[in-house]
Amino acid sequence: MSRGALTGTRIRERRMMIRMRQSELARAVGISASYLNLIEHNKRRIGGKLLVDIAKTLSVDASALTEGAEVALLDGLRQVVAAQTDAPQEALQVEGFADRFPAWAQILVERQERVQELERLVEMLSDRLTHDPFLSSALHEVLSTVTAIRSTADILADTTDLDRDWQMRFHRNLRDDSHRLAEGAQALVTYLDDGAEGAQEKTLPQDEVDAFLRRHDYHLADLEGQAGTPEALIEGAAELESPHARELALRALGQYQADAAHLPRADLIAAVTENGLDPGVISARFGVDIMTVFRRIASLGEEDIGLTPGLVMCDGSGTLTVRKPVAGFELPRYGAACPLWPLYAALTHPMTPIAAVVEQSGRPPQRFQTYAICRPRLGGAFSDPPIFEAAMLILPATSDSAEPVLPIGMSCRICSQDNCAARREPSILADVSGVGGNAL
Amino acid sequence: MGRDVLLIEDEPNIIEAIRFILARDGWHVQTHSDGKNAFEAVRDKQPDVVILDVMLPGRSGFEILRDIRGDDAISGMPVLMLTAKGQSKDREIAENLGVSRFMTKPFSNTDVLAAVRDLVAQ
Repeated sequence: MSRGALTGTRIRERRMMIRMRQSELARAVGISASYLNLIEHNKRRIGGKLLVDIAKTLSVDASALTEGAEVALLDGLRQVVAAQTDAPQEALQVEGFADRFPAWAQILVERQERVQELERLVEMLSDRLTHDPFLSSALHEVLSTVTAIRSTADILADTTDLDRDWQMRFHRNLRDDSHRLAEGAQALVTYLDDGAEGAQEKTLPQDEVDAFLRRHDYHLADLEGQAGTPEALIEGAAELESPHARELALRALGQYQADAAHLPRADLIAAVTENGLDPGVISARFGVDIMTVFRRIASLGEEDIGLTPGLVMCDGSGTLTVRKPVAGFELPRYGAACPLWPLYAALTHPMTPIAAVVEQSGRPPQRFQTYAICRPRLGGAFSDPPIFEAAMLILPATSDSAEPVLPIGMSCRICSQDNCAARREPSILADVSGVGGNAL
Repeated sequence: MGRDVLLIEDEPNIIEAIRFILARDGWHVQTHSDGKNAFEAVRDKQPDVVILDVMLPGRSGFEILRDIRGDDAISGMPVLMLTAKGQSKDREIAENLGVSRFMTKPFSNTDVLAAVRDLVAQ
């Protein structure tokens, strides 16, 4: 284990060293795999009994996971300084500060982590307020009901000679509307109360399918061979509540099974171990369609190839149809993504493979190697209107890469990139300039 | 001066309240509760003022307004638009389409009545 690494990183390194799956460790210590994932990526602090339990399960002393805490503290302080534009020279002397005021240094680092958490929450809620169809509809309903109540109440209060029939009618309307308002407000509060956890909430069939795939870590062992069927797999799946979601899931799972038949998992892992993760090389080696290679690589995890790949796909309109997230690369839940993504460059250049190293703005610097391509999808007669789909494979990359780096964002509304020619709308996160778009 | 109002709105209790306050002021109020055929209703009834909700089943108020402004026979008809969406974007769309007055929910009865009177007097 690296002595300079943060505790979460050390946990991940140790777990992978003993070839234990993330889900196994999570289960053994009684937490969710997603929470363990946050810990391993140093996005949640860890200590006390949970640390002891994890150390015990990993067969190491807890101190081996936390030793050198001062190193982690210094790393944290450097991140604080890095996040501060025009930090004074004095702030660069983090060692002296941590030596003299270790408790204050710890508080500062924790505050910085909290700020980052809240920024993510703002992004998610902003994204939701702007594009969430449920929220928009619920707010419209509440406002309409409030309008009816206000108008009716004003009539009852201001009309002194209102006859009995009208009075009764308006009282009945008031009662009905107040009930409706109470129900609507309650539903809205419940929905908003989900807060950050609500990022995982489902509102659309595609969200239900995403939740189902997320529970399986995007790896469906039953469909790697012919033993299982998509129908059996979705039977009783709690995430797939609507018929549309089940239909979408069946389609996705059928695709998964067909992909697995063309490119078996063990063969793929062996090829990646031997030749690396270039999807073009893998496609040529197995004679398999490039989209199949993208999807198969995205089904692998850290335990298989030492990193977690992400995948996004879109249709010809640019709407994201597949979203497999990867830590550090934010994907919009609603609305359009950043137009600078190589995915969209591929969409405008069908059949042209595009490889690019990208870095999302407004984050601690983290780079990703992306591979993107667009091709027609043939599903009917040759004379049918051409249907295109594009895909982008996202792989964590080292930050010392010598390749040119393309700065990108997640979506304009929550992007702090200044003077971006591709900007559609102003950002709420920073005072940034430059709104592109056409002037029509 | 005409006194005919056509109210295109899908919320029954809002219809009832607006109809009451306008009727008490001497207006003859007809109603239509969905987006479909709303334009035809405007053309057939030829009211003096149209009160038009934005969010309607079948067809949006914006589309109906665009059709009204595009029909020579009724293009000058005063249209008061009501919406629960108070975003400046919606106001801008309505203004570009030629709305006469734009009002966001929740509105007061007095404001609606005043707006209808103003639109007919203009």
